[in-house]
Amino acid sequence: MNLITPEFGLLFWQTLIFLLLFLLLAKFAWKPILGSLKEREESIDSALKMAQQAKEEMQSLKAGNEKLLAEARKERDQMLKEGQAMAAQFVEQAKTTATEEANRITQQAREAIQQEKSQALAEVRNTAAQLSVDIAERLLRRELADPAAQQKLVDDYLKDVKLN
Amino acid sequence: MKRLLTLLLCLCTFVGFGAEPTESGEKGESFNPGEVILHHVADSHEWHWFSTDNGHFVTYLPIIAYQPGKGLSVFSSEEVAEGKTHGNLKLEEEKLVTTDGSKVYDFSITKNVAALAMSSLLLVIIFSSVAKSYRRRSGQAPSGLQNALEPFVVFIRDEVGKKSIGPKYERYMPYLLTVFFFIWFNNLLGLTPGAANLTGNIAVTMAMALLTLIITLFSANKNYWGHIFAPPGVPWPLYVIMVPVELVGVIVKPFSLMIRLFANITAGHIIILSFISLIFIFRSSATGFLSVPFGLFISMLELLVSILQAYIFTLLTAMYIGSAVEEHHHDEAHHEDFGTAEERAGGTNLAHLGRPDVAAH
Repeated sequence: MNLITPEFGLLFWQTLIFLLLFLLLAKFAWKPILGSLKEREESIDSALKMAQQAKEEMQSLKAGNEKLLAEARKERDQMLKEGQAMAAQFVEQAKTTATEEANRITQQAREAIQQEKSQALAEVRNTAAQLSVDIAERLLRRELADPAAQQKLVDDYLKDVKLN
Repeated sequence: MKRLLTLLLCLCTFVGFGAEPTESGEKGESFNPGEVILHHVADSHEWHWFSTDNGHFVTYLPIIAYQPGKGLSVFSSEEVAEGKTHGNLKLEEEKLVTTDGSKVYDFSITKNVAALAMSSLLLVIIFSSVAKSYRRRSGQAPSGLQNALEPFVVFIRDEVGKKSIGPKYERYMPYLLTVFFFIWFNNLLGLTPGAANLTGNIAVTMAMALLTLIITLFSANKNYWGHIFAPPGVPWPLYVIMVPVELVGVIVKPFSLMIRLFANITAGHIIILSFISLIFIFRSSATGFLSVPFGLFISMLELLVSILQAYIFTLLTAMYIGSAVEEHHHDEAHHEDFGTAEERAGGTNLAHLGRPDVAAH
């Protein structure tokens, strides 16, 4: 057989068998193999993507937590400060109120004392006036016991009236 | 595995030892290495395993002959062996001819056809079992044979298909994978002792190159034909030269595929057989000390060439298809006036295409 002349028979069989082989392999081997490879690659791809996503989520969660913590800390500080301020204010207010109350009570006491004093003075004055009148009455009764003295007094009064 | 391969290669060499002396004829007849080597490399109607002093160990294969007017005849090649005639048919230097000179078409199951059928069966068995393990082990890591062959499948898909064809690569993957594994497995099988030299037969490579051509032409888009019949960037008077050149290029591409694979594989076989023939030319077993290491070395090289040629055939097929389905060309590509896809990308592959062993001798 000549080496470089293609034999018709072999050409025929090669074409036929190779095509058959191609069809068989395409259907029963390459399709499932390439399909599985693709499927596997896709699943690996998606798994990697998911891992990356989870990592990112975790990072954002961590960042969020830290932010929350910082906020809480800040809030606590604020609250403490506010509380202190409020307490100081309370104390201040209480002090003011107490002072005012004390002043008021003192004032009231002073007023009451003043009143008592004036009342007592008035009473003393009345008693003194009564006593004076009584004394005067008793004195008059004794002086006007004779009628001459009585006449003289009336004349004195009348004299005054005339002058007016 | 490695040890097994080495053993096989050694056997290959030993079969050569055993077979040659009786074949070279009786005592006194001179040894004709060219004839012996060509007989080993070429196709045959019988499967000659080996010969001893007691005779030949041969499997006779069926002959299927079609003669216009006489119809189909099927018989064993034993009936036409050693110059016998069956009806008006006889074998003349392994070629089926008629005694009266009329036309006969030879559809015989020759050694190569038998090897082809067996290797195809092997491929179907191996890859359907691999496919089965993909289905059975879906979602799990690959194992066993599946694990061993997966890198090759992935390599052909990613490095050959995706890169050379582009986004439409998926349609062509079954063909590329079939071509790659068919050539690779048959190259390896061709290296085993007693086996047929299938991929080193021009009819086999021709059939595959023709399929590549047909697939390329059927997937070709407007762009591809435009490039052939109206090469862009070329003044129209030059079309007279350019169009025939481009048309020749369409044929030359698969032709180069056919010749490259055939020549590489056949050359490897010839070199191994030549080293063995040296022993019988010098009529001294001492030559074996030279022939065996050299034969072993070339056999090792052939293992590399087996996968390399399968890869090159697949890669070039993918590139031809890629040039046919390509949507738009880069502007600079037009300025390389004769630049086919092969030449453009071939620069890096030239080193692979050269045969180190052929060059060495």
